Formats: sequence, structure tokens, C-alpha cells
Amino acid sequence: MTITLQLNGDAREVDAEPGTPLLWVIRDELKLTGTKFGCGVASCGACTVHLDGDPVRSCQTMIEDVGEAQVTTIEGLDSKAAAALQQAWVELDVPQCGYCQSGQIMSAVGLLTVNQNPTAEEIDDHMYGNACRCATYQRIRAGVQRAAEIMEG
Amino acid sequence: MNTQITRRGFLAGSAAGATAFLLVGVGANGATAAGPAEAKALNPFVKIGSDGTVTAIVKHFEKGQGPATGLPTLIAEELGVRMDQIRYEFAPSNPELYANLAFGKFQGTGGSTAMANSFMQYRTAGAAAREMLLMAAAKDWSVDASKLSIEDGLIKGPGKSASIGEFVIAASALEAPTAPKLKDPADFKLIGNSKVRRLDSEIKSNGTAMYAMDLHLPNQMIAVIKRPPRKDGLAMSFDDSSSNSVKGFIRAAILPNKAGVAVYAENTWAAFRAREELEVEWDMSKAENRSSEQIKSEIMSALEAKPTYNVLKNEPGPMEKAEKTVEKTFYFPLLAHAPMEPLNCSIEATEDGGILLHDGCQFPTGPHSALAQIFNLPFEKVQIKTMLAGGSFGRRATPTADYQVEAALAFILTDRSRPVKLVWSREDDLTGGYYRPAFGHKVKVGLDSKGDIIAWEHRIAGQSIMKGTPFESFSVHDGVDHSSVEGVSDTPYRIPGQSVGLTDTPKATSLLWWRSVGHTHTAYVMEVMMDLAAKTAGKDPLAFRLAYLKGDKNQDRMAGVLKLAAEKGNWGKAAEGRSQGLAVHKSFGSYVAEVVEVSGNAEDGVKIEKVTCAVDCGIAVNPDIIKAQMEGGIGYGIGHVMRDQITLADGEVEQFNFPDYEPLRINDIGAIDVHIISSAEAPTGVGEPGTPPAAPALANAISAASNDLHIASLPMSENGVSFS
Repeated sequence: MTITLQLNGDAREVDAEPGTPLLWVIRDELKLTGTKFGCGVASCGACTVHLDGDPVRSCQTMIEDVGEAQVTTIEGLDSKAAAALQQAWVELDVPQCGYCQSGQIMSAVGLLTVNQNPTAEEIDDHMYGNACRCATYQRIRAGVQRAAEIMEG
Repeated sequence: MNTQITRRGFLAGSAAGATAFLLVGVGANGATAAGPAEAKALNPFVKIGSDGTVTAIVKHFEKGQGPATGLPTLIAEELGVRMDQIRYEFAPSNPELYANLAFGKFQGTGGSTAMANSFMQYRTAGAAAREMLLMAAAKDWSVDASKLSIEDGLIKGPGKSASIGEFVIAASALEAPTAPKLKDPADFKLIGNSKVRRLDSEIKSNGTAMYAMDLHLPNQMIAVIKRPPRKDGLAMSFDDSSSNSVKGFIRAAILPNKAGVAVYAENTWAAFRAREELEVEWDMSKAENRSSEQIKSEIMSALEAKPTYNVLKNEPGPMEKAEKTVEKTFYFPLLAHAPMEPLNCSIEATEDGGILLHDGCQFPTGPHSALAQIFNLPFEKVQIKTMLAGGSFGRRATPTADYQVEAALAFILTDRSRPVKLVWSREDDLTGGYYRPAFGHKVKVGLDSKGDIIAWEHRIAGQSIMKGTPFESFSVHDGVDHSSVEGVSDTPYRIPGQSVGLTDTPKATSLLWWRSVGHTHTAYVMEVMMDLAAKTAGKDPLAFRLAYLKGDKNQDRMAGVLKLAAEKGNWGKAAEGRSQGLAVHKSFGSYVAEVVEVSGNAEDGVKIEKVTCAVDCGIAVNPDIIKAQMEGGIGYGIGHVMRDQITLADGEVEQFNFPDYEPLRINDIGAIDVHIISSAEAPTGVGEPGTPPAAPALANAISAASNDLHIASLPMSENGVSFS
């Protein structure tokens, strides 16, 4: 069936069967590959995107449930928090293999949007669902805090 | 390991206008390469465009451990360019040119050798490029080359300055120097500079980094494999009538080796859905049918019998004279690697009748040879394009080239008009075989009246990783697979009366090296036993260890990291309510000590508050990447011993996805503080050596917090330890 998605500020028509996870529409149909497949069961966070600004796991978000919500992927990020996080990630060399980092940043943008000065514990609580097999957690924590500093200007 | 190289330069000019390239290389003389390098066995590592842009051809794949930054750094240092003037490309598959000098004539990444085997080779390549550019400029400017230098990509001479790009074409007509002069380490600007950033951080922070999983070849099909529920089952027939109702399903076909049924579809989701609907009849007569308990009991029985191999070929120490003894039996379960990017690769036919593999390829020579055989092609008709890899931890390097062969078998069943992209799911990854083998150790330590060790009887039992693989000749000597005993039989500790027995146990599922290989279990046993022996002797664990680290440089370096970690980690001065544990281990040529500080205890819940690490890996080429590798290695080691294991029930793997094989999470571990020993020794490994001491340091901290609960079976969560 044909579905219209509000994606990264544009209306995109896609042909997808009901029950198809948003992840696979984004990756396979729209070829936006910054959003990653890691587990398919919302357990690793690599597929995190925003629905109306809130981080969700796109592997467990069915295409027919998206409706009119604005979908934002890593490619469509355009906010002060996103820019600060990406700057901090490069400054601190957060990524190792990097495969989970789109999802880490999508989750972190969600945090900094609602809490511009999170404590280490608040970061841990918020980022708990984003697994990193390279265990870059210490730098993720530092990266979020550095981004908060950058945002303060 | 031989990391020396013959400095035989060469120059292959393919210079034409704006796309002029200078190719520079040096001959490879690998450990087991057939004879000394000939002029034609060349190794191009440096490309320079006429715009002055330098490209380092990186022969090691990038799975996060840093060679895509580290190897360009070596070239930039010697050539005289800044890090923002150099980029990287992954080398094509060509073992003549890009062999790992530690592996013989074999291209591949592993054993934490990327920097160790490339350090001189890439520096020499950069230096050779510099000398050729200077010779070209000297001729043009009619000055002596010794008056010229290259700085920030500019050739500078008396009253003159020009971009290196201007002299690429002229330089490419010159003969390469055979022994270019390398920089004095005192003049290094980039090597050892902690401000040098990774070249791949930006693309990995904005979603543009391309992993093999992200490849969309025009007109591609997705293939997923329905595998037997137990290892070594065979597909006999299938019914795809339900799969036909899945839109996008193309067809299904039994793989030529019957190891599964390939399901082809237009997209990944359709492939997964169609596979779910597929009914397969399996021949399970030769399939694995044991349970974990049986595998464990085979290992435990082997520990009680006389070992097959007396590894050190010596008489055991005088245990009968011991005043006190302490004994412990350890068990380590199967573990999966679970890299973040599930396994995948793409295969397509090329216009010249060859095959092109796109892969986050760890061991190019393995799949290259396998594909040539499968497609009955000459070696040179197979090409591999290496892409970024989303982790590996050993999994992407199999002696069987398992997933690339699967993709090839899926491709050979098609008319080859459409590229085939093979995709594994996380469930495929955890259930699909290739695990860190289960191992058992039994150790008895005898102490004299002064509390000094007089006998250390150590037995190890488990399945050899290397026997029966192409790597057997590297690792197996007189029947002993070194990877089963490494870290015990070659420990830098000078232990009086140490004896080591090894027994290989029967094959259980498919096994593979896992970040730090044998050290994953040997470091744990050595360092928990060191603590137990110290406790039995009534001595401080640090002082007890140092007593056995006296001798030559090997002992000094091990003692050096131990002392530094103890100092920086405030050993013996834990904060109120906290407990400490330490461990030290040498692996892949590097020495790493770690102090873990925990709060709580095994019963009420342990919290890992802090880890302090000291590493001696020789010359620290990129200190920040080394720190990152220690941080990651510690997390990897600790995460698995906390709560992970792969278990079998009548041959079937019982863990399917991350909820059953819970990764380390951000809130599991506090700050990690890494200190690097300043050293002029040749660089050694960093990808793996952070892992081995982490688990025993944690175990020793928990033991200190929990009435001497020396955890001897893993994972800890299944053996009396709760975490908070």
C-alpha cells in the first residue's frame, strides 16, 4: 500500500506492506542508511529516530502507526542540540566502530532537548537502552556533557 | 612475529593531468613469505593527487580499533603533511602487496598486529615518498635536495615553496630510494601526539559512514539463510507456499552444501518475513545434540585425568613440601562476539567475468581464495572491496570464511544477473555458531612456610581453536595449541615449580577466537589464583605479585604497569564502602594492569564504580586511540563475565537476541582512567590487551567485598553475584 511519510521535513510516498517496521522503510526504500539495524527487537537502540521530536526505536514502530508524525533521522537532524552533540562526538572521538552512534546521538538529542544540563546519572538513565558493543560509554557520557557546555555557549 | 621489512622502494607513475598519482611502496618480507621480497613484489601505500591530497592505502580493516587513523598518521609523519591533508582508502585484496607481515603471505587483521606489523612499513613508505618529491623539486629548482624539506604539504627550499602536488608527476618518473631516511623519534610531531583525532569520527557521528550493511547495489536481491536449529543439520526439502504470500519474496533454494535454505527477496524485511513462513525438513542425524552440561562435564572430567600434554615439558614443583596449598577449579562458558553490525556482505558479477565482494572484510585472503574456488575463477578475477565494519571482536575473521562462503553459495544458485546481499539477523548471529570455546582450569598452588610459591600445578582443558584450521602451523607445536595455554605457559611471572598440563576436549559446535583469544580465560585464572595465593600467604596482592616480577625487561615492564595502575588507582586506599581488586596480564606483546573499585557486595548487589588502567604498548602512536581501546577492552571483558553465556539444550542455542545476551550498558560501569607508560620500544597491540585483566580485577574486587567469594565459574550472575 502507498503511505505518505513526513520525513526530515519532506512528504515522502512509499510503498510498504502494513506491519513493516519504519526501520526497513527508511533503510531499504528511502535508502537513508544512517539509521542502523542492530537487533530488530528494540533492545539495542541502533535504529533510534525521532517521531515528533521524541526518540523511538524504528524497528518496533510499524509503518501504519506513524501517521502524520514528523519522522526525523540522523540525516535530518537540524537543531542546536544535534550540532553540539556532533561537535562533541568529534572533539572527544566518541565512536569506535561507530555503528551504534547514529542511535546514540538520536537518543542524546532527545535528552538535551528536554534537559539541557543532565547529570551523569540522568545521562545513564536516558541512554540505558542504547547498547554499544565497543563500550564507548564513558565517552558518550562525556560527549553529552560536553555538548551541554557547547549549547550554553 | 616478524615486523621487519625490506626497504625496497618503487614508483609506479600513472600520472596524467589533474588525477596524477604518486604510488610509493616497499617490499613485504613476511615471516613465512616465500623468499626475500623481489622488486616486483611491491606494496603501494601512498597516493598523492596533483592537488596535494595524500591518500594512505590502509591494508587493515577498520572495526573501530583505529588503523584508518593510525596508518595514515605514520605516512603523514614521515612525508611531512598535516592530518587534515591525508585521507584513507582500504587496500584491495592482494596478499602479494598487502600481507600482514605477522601472518606470512596472508592479508588480514587480527592478533592486535595492525600497528605492530605496519609501523616500519608505513613510515618507510611515507619517507620514500618524501625523498622522491624532494629529488624532483631539487632538480627543478637546481638546488641540492638536502636543502629542501616538506612541511604541512609544502616543499620548502631557499626562497622557494610549492605544494607537493606540483611535483607528483616529476617525482613519479624517478627511481624510488631503497632505504629512505626515517625521522628521529625525537622529531615526531604526529606519532605520540594525543591531540591527533580519528579520521572517521565525523562520518560516524552524522550517519554518512558506509558499512557493508548500508550498501545498495543497483538491482540487488537480499538473501537470508534459514539455518538448521542445530549445528550441522542438513536441509533436505522445503515448502515455501506460505512464503509466497509475502510481497517481495522471490524464491527459496537449498544451498549446494545443504547447510541451509537461501531465501531471496526484494528487500530485507520481506526476506525475514518469507523465511519465517518457510517450512524446512532437516536431516539432523549428524547435528550437534549435546547440552551445555555435557560439554562442561567432558571438560571437568578431562581436568581430573592425566593431561595429554606436559606443556612446559618439566617436572611439577614439590607440592608435597608445601606448608599450605590452595586449589580451585574454574569453568568458562561459550561466548558469542555479537558485533553491533550483524554479519553481511554483497556479491556481484563483474563485466570481465569475475566476482566482486563488498564486505567489512577482516581476512581478505581467506574469502578471496574461497570465492575463487567456488566460482572456479583464477585468483585475480576475484576482487574484494573492504568497507567499514561495525565491530568484530574476532567474528568477521573465520578460518572457513563462513558468511562470505554462504553469500557465494547463495549467489551461485542465481543466474548472477542481480547482485546478492546476504544479511544476518541478530538471532542468526547469536545462534549461528562460532563461539569462544568453553574452557576449564584446575590449579593447585603450594606455598612454603614463608608464604612463597614452591609449586603451581595448572591443568587446562578445552577445545583447540586452531587445530584443523589454516592457522594450525602458526599456533600448534608438539600437539599443544598455544592459544589454549597462552598467558599461563608464557606468563612473565617467574613462578617456581610451575607445571602446565593441557587436554583437548571433543569438538563442540563451531569455535573461534574472541577478543584476546586464550587470554580470555587464562588471565582470569592466573590473576584470581594470584590473589588466592596472596591471601593464603597472608600477603598484600600487589606486593605478592611484584615478588615474582623480578628479572629482565619482560618482568620489569609487567611490574611497571602494575605499580602505575596501583598508584593511579589508589591501591589499598579505597574510599569508604568500596573494595578494590587488581590484575595484570601480558598479551599481544603489551602489558596491562587494572584496578577495579566496586561498592556493595555479591549478595546485596555490586556496582562497578571505577577502573584504573595502566598500559605499556611500546611507542604510543595515537595515545587517545590507545586509551579508547583500553576503555572498550575493559568494557568488553567486564560485560561478558557479569552475565553472558551461550548455552545449548540438546544442541540448540538458547540465546536468541540481546535480551538473552544482555550487552554491557552505560549504567553498568563507572569512569575508566587510562595511563600510558612512556616507551621507546616497538609498538605492540592495543585492540585486545585491555580485555584480559578486566574480568579478574573485577572478580578480585568482588571477592574483597564479599567474604572471599572467589568466583570460579562464569558468568558471575549465575554464580552468586548480583549487580546493582
